[in-house]
Amino acid sequence: MNKITREKGQFKVVGTRVKRPDGIDKVTGRAQYGADLVVPGMLTGAILRSPHAHATINSIDTSEALALPGVKAVVTRADFAALDDDEMIDIADNCLARDKVLYHGHAVAGVAAKDAQTARKALKLIKVDYTPLPHVTDVDAAMKPGAPVVQSGRQEENVQPEHSENVTGYCEFGHGDVEAGFAKADHIIERDFKTAAAHQGYIEPHACLASMTNDGKADLWCCTQGQFNVRSLCSAILDMEASQLRVTASEIGGGFGGKTTVFIEPVALALSRKSGRPVKIVMTRDEVFRATGPTVSSSSTVKIGMTKDGRITAAHAKFRYQGGAFPCATYSFGAQAAFAAYDLEAVKSEGWNALTNRPKEAAYRAPGAPMAIYAVESVVDELTQHFGLDPLEVRLKNAARENTKAAYGPTFDQIGLVATLEAAQKHPHYSAPLGENQGRGVSCGFWFNFGGNTCVTMNLNDDGTVGITEGNPDIGGSRASISMMAAEELGIPYSDVRTIIADTSSLGHNDVTDGSRVTFAVGLATIEAARDAIRKMCGRVAKIWGIDEDAVIWEDGYAKPSGPNAGDFEPMSIKEIAAISSNTGGPIAGHYEVNADGAGVSFGVHLADVEVDPETGYTQVIRYTVFQDAGKAVHPDYVEGQMQGGAVQGIGWALNEEYIYGEDGVLQNAGFLDYRVPVASDLPEIDTVILEIPNPGHPYGVRGVGETSIVPPLAALSNAVSRAAGVRLHELPMSPPKILKAITDRG
Amino acid sequence: MKKIHVTTKVNGDEVEFLCPPEETLLDALRDRLGFSGAKEGCGTGDCGACSVTLNGRLVCSCLVLGAEAEGAEISTVEGLAHGGELHPLQQSFIDNAALQCGICTPGILVAAKALLERNPDPSDSEIRYWLAGNLCRCTGYDKIIKAVKIAAAEMRGETA
Amino acid sequence: MQFVTAQSTAEAARLLAESGGAARVLAGGTDLLVQMKSGMVEPATIIDIKKIPGMMEITEEDGGYRIGAGVPGQMLGEHAGVVALWPGVVEGCELIGSTQVQGRCTMVGNLCNASPAADSVPPMVAANAVARIEGPDGSRDVPVADIPAGPGKLNLKPGELITSIFLPARPKRASDAYLRFIPRTEMDIAVASAAVSLELAEDGSIAHARVALGAVGPKVALVEDAARAIEGTTLDDAALDALMAACRAACSPINDKRGTVEFRTQVAGVLAKRAALIAKDRAGEKQ
Repeated sequence: MNKITREKGQFKVVGTRVKRPDGIDKVTGRAQYGADLVVPGMLTGAILRSPHAHATINSIDTSEALALPGVKAVVTRADFAALDDDEMIDIADNCLARDKVLYHGHAVAGVAAKDAQTARKALKLIKVDYTPLPHVTDVDAAMKPGAPVVQSGRQEENVQPEHSENVTGYCEFGHGDVEAGFAKADHIIERDFKTAAAHQGYIEPHACLASMTNDGKADLWCCTQGQFNVRSLCSAILDMEASQLRVTASEIGGGFGGKTTVFIEPVALALSRKSGRPVKIVMTRDEVFRATGPTVSSSSTVKIGMTKDGRITAAHAKFRYQGGAFPCATYSFGAQAAFAAYDLEAVKSEGWNALTNRPKEAAYRAPGAPMAIYAVESVVDELTQHFGLDPLEVRLKNAARENTKAAYGPTFDQIGLVATLEAAQKHPHYSAPLGENQGRGVSCGFWFNFGGNTCVTMNLNDDGTVGITEGNPDIGGSRASISMMAAEELGIPYSDVRTIIADTSSLGHNDVTDGSRVTFAVGLATIEAARDAIRKMCGRVAKIWGIDEDAVIWEDGYAKPSGPNAGDFEPMSIKEIAAISSNTGGPIAGHYEVNADGAGVSFGVHLADVEVDPETGYTQVIRYTVFQDAGKAVHPDYVEGQMQGGAVQGIGWALNEEYIYGEDGVLQNAGFLDYRVPVASDLPEIDTVILEIPNPGHPYGVRGVGETSIVPPLAALSNAVSRAAGVRLHELPMSPPKILKAITDRG
Repeated sequence: MKKIHVTTKVNGDEVEFLCPPEETLLDALRDRLGFSGAKEGCGTGDCGACSVTLNGRLVCSCLVLGAEAEGAEISTVEGLAHGGELHPLQQSFIDNAALQCGICTPGILVAAKALLERNPDPSDSEIRYWLAGNLCRCTGYDKIIKAVKIAAAEMRGETA
Repeated sequence: MQFVTAQSTAEAARLLAESGGAARVLAGGTDLLVQMKSGMVEPATIIDIKKIPGMMEITEEDGGYRIGAGVPGQMLGEHAGVVALWPGVVEGCELIGSTQVQGRCTMVGNLCNASPAADSVPPMVAANAVARIEGPDGSRDVPVADIPAGPGKLNLKPGELITSIFLPARPKRASDAYLRFIPRTEMDIAVASAAVSLELAEDGSIAHARVALGAVGPKVALVEDAARAIEGTTLDDAALDALMAACRAACSPINDKRGTVEFRTQVAGVLAKRAALIAKDRAGEKQ
């Protein structure tokens, strides 16, 4: 269904580059993030963590810790409510271990004390009796029969019997006769790939401040991507009524999916309940790496057949993901996303999830898609090299278009893949000459995008300005884009709108900020809330004028008489309507609630030039261009920012970022020194080209833009390295020792 | 354990605080003096979110003890703006969308100011290397580098 | 824990000796505070030496330079005299950490952290720099090469601290260079590193060389064979091949999260070759 009501050329505010409303607070140090709130009587909380990768907890003795002067409370898993839902039990078990510790760094107990030094001392006084168990951290090892079992009884019925009990889920997507398709191919390539777990790497560690009073009411301040989800999870874990827990989202210092769940929040609440004092917990960076969720690591096998003129005849992929010690569904996103960029007659995509003794996976920007598409785009690229074909031509020849039946089931609506591929082809980057040891790589990327539960309130202030109340934390400029859409719909200046993010007691439920949903879904709800207010304003004016409501239209911030009454009355501005609202029926507000669908999928194409030092295996990215279909770009600066930021996270993942485990199951690089995110000097400019193929599911044609950009860099860089160095790697990250070894082995 | 009495200057104002000997300057600034613009992203000098200047040199305040601040002059992000007027770097970061989540922004602004005081006309590469110790996970650095260049031009009296 | 601002080297040495190993010297603090944060060390006393006279100074001495133990990397880089005489030492020191760390980190601290991967140590060893040690028994001078005893271990007696580094004078047509390999462009610990210091003869050939390697053994190694391989040559391909082979033969690295034995060995040779070429160019420019 086409919901578009405003098209290209009709926008006044949307599409401009206004200044974000939270800018001054953030450049002056005034903005309050998770760790910045201070309240009277506050205690410092700290968490005791497992020194073992896998062990049974025989007993926990907290008596000595409690006896230390200045210690006000100690909590363990026994302080959480009894739960019956598996998913909820997993979340609680991850916050504080129940009968086993499942990974090194798994939380075991919490302490609240008068200051940080006392809390740290108290942690050392808690005596935990463990029986260490065999552990497994590699996905392939975990799937083999006989592997140490991380959790038993978690396997779904459709998992094949040849796998170990760690394999919790299996999925299969596709259509057509794959074997017949392979028979038509002139060449078939089948390769195995591995990708390492990468952490979201937000610069702000998790932090919260919980305050519960003895009447059972609680306030929780935390950095999160979704305060309503925090309330749902914490109220269940603490056995509270949702109404009694008010969660306020602080400013958030990056999330990328990693702040969509809870870790320390239920512990802080339990400590506050026990101590009768506010309790603040701030994670260290070490804790962030050890105990919050990176994305999955993967092992995969991709087989693709192609004719010599570049038509893909069949494709079959197997994706094996591990998401740590608890079941997760990321494998299914990967299996679904893998072939989304292609219009295929015969395709099969399978996925498995395995448990390992690693931290519970958390969402990371397009969760599951980058590693799957990396494998697919690598094999497609190797086939183009085999036939000597142009990589963009081959992708265009096989590109998904409107009405293509996607491998994962749906038939695509209006999509932007062909437009982005053509834009890349025409861009000067694609034809720029390359020097010695340099190579150019191409990759497509895809993300589904989500909508979800959303509600927005629009209040008309008595001076005719507008307040928008929405329920999703602003991670990268969404207050600006929401204000812009409200201003656009109302026909008023951007500066007349102020958008705030509500706590959980001030607005109805909003799903977490994920799936690139906010600009799409909150934007849609904002536009509809504005329309609701416009209807009410027109109604008031109709009464004043004594004409039918239907005869009053809204244009450029004015109610105007229309039809037979056109020209009969002076148009009334929003300010005039507001000024007399108490005489026309009282305050005016608009509201809208929706479980939004129609998010509109997103495609991107990246071009990467690299230079590989043949003597050291060092890879320098020398030029990079991102092409992405954004639908209508509400605030182009922040759309570009999403494209650039995602690309650089993908570059880091491709080249150097990885979770490194020792034989003992201990993470060896739990810090920014050896978990190597890209630094400013590693990078060239990241050029961007925004394509605007309107999404029919949004009144302005908006699509989510936040996630797709992390998908293509993995294969784009691998494909570039293969051309620059003459060696193709099938494993990420492509750290210098691996590249140098490949160069040396080739001779 | 006795606390140490420290007298120091922050953004030109003399201040005093008491801190335990092992407390970092970052914690003293944030928890004792209320300068929470400096952030702890890592506590090990790897992210730069806690950048301040100490006697004119750019440092990670997480790698300085509070006790070392005795008699020193410290500048933080809170001292960048004068009255209601933003520093050209601050204005440029807003105008050029050089921040997304904003958690790294205070550290980057302090670091960039220190750069422009030494080198009013830095190249892209000089900016990138100077800021290599300031991690940003949101922006991919592109708009940060541009914002610093534009602010530098403005501070030199050129219109960008 | 107590914090002491020492007023003299004698006071610092006395406090160190009295502590029975429970005191730590604070200069730049860029290693010490990280170790304290992780709980790796919990010193009973922290002795800040930066207020001791001379600690923050670079002074000319016998045609060379004495660098106080509190001098941060950035200050070294700002000193035109040191940069002109020992550019390789300066570039090694300037590679320690970020700009922020440069505002604090010191060569002496880098040396005393006793990491085989320390960036300023290979160029100091190649420069034949000398550490001045103050202790309960007075003062002694020891070549930097002899200070490290192994990972995390120093050849210092209880109560001793290093108060300065002396970079000696050198002939006119001489220079040095330092290169390290890291996976990024900044912010990493060296996976392998090489420093080359050389003096040119009248004919432009290498009269004398010193080659030191980092991160490829338990401590920074002075590789005599590598120096011999290039002395008397003009760094022709054969000499460079011999240099690389000698360096690789001297490597005894470990496999760890930062690199493999093969990689470190291979790259150490490449870095030595490249550093030698840079050092020779620099020396040649000083005609």
